[in-house]
Amino acid sequence: MSVVLIKGARILGGDPVDLVLRDGVIAELGPGLRADGATVVDADGLVALPGLVDLHTHLREPGREDAETVYTGSRAAALGGYTAVCAMANTSPVADTAGVVEQVYRLGQEAGLVDVQPIGAVTIGLAGERLAELGAMADSAARVRVFSDDGHCVSDPRLMRRALEYVKAFDGVIAQHAEEPRLTEGAQMHEGEVSARLGLTGWPAVAEESIIARDVLLAEHVGARLHVCHVSTAGSVEIIRVAKARGVRVTAEVTPHHLLLTHTRAESYDPVYKVNPPLRTDADVTALREGLRDGTIDIVATDHAPHAAEDKECEWAYARPGMLGLETALPIVLDVLGDQWDLIAERMSRAPARIAGLDNHGHDLKVGAPANLTLIDPTARWTVEATGLASLSHNTPYAGMTVPGRIVATFLRGVPTVLDGKVQK
Amino acid sequence: MKHLLSTADLDAATATEILDIATEMASVSGREIKKLPTLRGRTVVNLFYEDSTRTRISFEAAAKRLSADVINFSAKGSSVAKGESLKDTAWTLQAMGADAVVIRHPASGAPHRLAGWVSGSVLNAGDGTHEHPTQALLDAYTMRARMGRLDGLHVAIVGDVLHSRVARSNVLLLNTLGAKVTLVGPPTLVPTDLSSAVQVSYDLDAVLPQADVVMMLRVQRERMTDSYFPSAREYSRRYGLDGARLRRMPSHGIVMHPGPMNRGMEITPEVADSPRSTIVEQVTNGVSVRMACLYLLLGGRS
Repeated sequence: MSVVLIKGARILGGDPVDLVLRDGVIAELGPGLRADGATVVDADGLVALPGLVDLHTHLREPGREDAETVYTGSRAAALGGYTAVCAMANTSPVADTAGVVEQVYRLGQEAGLVDVQPIGAVTIGLAGERLAELGAMADSAARVRVFSDDGHCVSDPRLMRRALEYVKAFDGVIAQHAEEPRLTEGAQMHEGEVSARLGLTGWPAVAEESIIARDVLLAEHVGARLHVCHVSTAGSVEIIRVAKARGVRVTAEVTPHHLLLTHTRAESYDPVYKVNPPLRTDADVTALREGLRDGTIDIVATDHAPHAAEDKECEWAYARPGMLGLETALPIVLDVLGDQWDLIAERMSRAPARIAGLDNHGHDLKVGAPANLTLIDPTARWTVEATGLASLSHNTPYAGMTVPGRIVATFLRGVPTVLDGKVQK
Repeated sequence: MKHLLSTADLDAATATEILDIATEMASVSGREIKKLPTLRGRTVVNLFYEDSTRTRISFEAAAKRLSADVINFSAKGSSVAKGESLKDTAWTLQAMGADAVVIRHPASGAPHRLAGWVSGSVLNAGDGTHEHPTQALLDAYTMRARMGRLDGLHVAIVGDVLHSRVARSNVLLLNTLGAKVTLVGPPTLVPTDLSSAVQVSYDLDAVLPQADVVMMLRVQRERMTDSYFPSAREYSRRYGLDGARLRRMPSHGIVMHPGPMNRGMEITPEVADSPRSTIVEQVTNGVSVRMACLYLLLGGRS
């Protein structure tokens, strides 16, 4: 087993300290450490965070290996500072059986750059009609605990109630893509003055808020856990705030793009800005940031959604929704929150690991903790280039944008996956 | 001016220039030999992804009267029907040396995308529920010809504004040219946040006495099955223009319709065929206005 000596890292932005990573854990921590035969990493000026955990990643394998694979997505994740990602179920075939989730899990292990934790579909084929074999996926080698029909909403209230109840048996959680389907038929972008002007069918905020309101009441009624994917509106933040105050076991995520970009981006008709839920208004962005700061929104999740060029270089209405996110998430969050490292660690590592039930991730960097961590140069600024990212696809909305924070190194169980900004595999 | 994608791109001076040139072009159309040599040797492609005989013929006549070579590229029976992407089609047209592409497309914003992929001019001939700039220009031309001015004119646009590219282009252009616009229709079909410069009314009878121009929009019958309103009969009763309503308008007021009409739905034959109706003139003026647009985009003025 390799030994790593990290010199002078500032854990959560604190005073410089040395770390020795051995046997997959943080073996020593303190000033002036030495370790014979160790790989030495000079972390002078770098901030150390627990390895990031993404609760919402689309790795596209199986089915769309032209857009992303478990391996290429794992590379992107490691470069973004992640040590664990949860792979969404909307693959082809859908991850709605123990067989498919075990396949994705195994591909993640083979790639070996991040822990790939499969998410299981709630319903067979994401069709919203009958429950998938949730227990079989939970009991499989992939140990699924998060279930989601992401991309589709579990809109049938009775089916949603059953799903919420059923997964209590194995401490599972339903991650809902909140979108009332009848209110969003043909929807292309946020419904508002920009959609009215551009002649693009609107995706009204109420289509998200009405489902969240219903689901928090259902979760309260059956005493189950609910996780809300990609919250995008001020009204949703308010509903979740009220639900938490009532004691509902609800958690929520926001994406980096909903924290930064607004619906005016659609004016270019460039589908790189097409995403579901859509980019909203300035007021929504403000509310989401406030919710993220005060804890109403528990985590940042990327909704990393690679798409092949032909699915984006076309008319807006024909393009698939989604954006890349893994390699730019931390810089965008750093830009939005500033260098509040403890808050960033909570929203991007500890809390997502807790929600996903990933016991080996999201630990504070202490002696004996799993050696999952990332090193960031907070002073570096870099310009995002679509073709410069590790993902197989190029659909980043940040191309040409200069962002703060460069991920220098990432360690998974003590093994460097990224060193000097380069993947080690 | 490189492209004509939206009437929002036109300032008052440019829009007025187009209308003035259209007046000159109209005199050509009145001659025995309806042809100018202006665009000789230039290639104009009509790229139509939607059936629209009247708009395509109007553009074709306009380009031919300016002596341009015209290629009609219809989505049916072409490589497009075989699934070719807009980008690949753009490159094909580019390789063939198209100086201008006139595009009609069911997806809003398709002309904007096309403009990024070809070096020639792109002229939006109607994109989804977004815009139809030459329709707005020919409407403005028609109003100016009939009423003698646009500034201060009160125009009521009536019907399915939500899905109307004609309405969007007209709102923007009429605002630029100083007219006052009121959008009229059932609340389900009138977006309240289209523009801060327009008024919205759900009561046609209340608007008519102050309207110099009433522009009736076509109502697609499928709106009915989608619960935008209960029935065609109820729509006609509340928002259709019949003889009785026409008589509520000022005596100088005119009635417009971009066509094709649903006679008996949004407009009765009595109104459509009355001397107050400009529907046939709009078609005639369409050729002159499109000549003016092609001339400006390809001829090199402005």
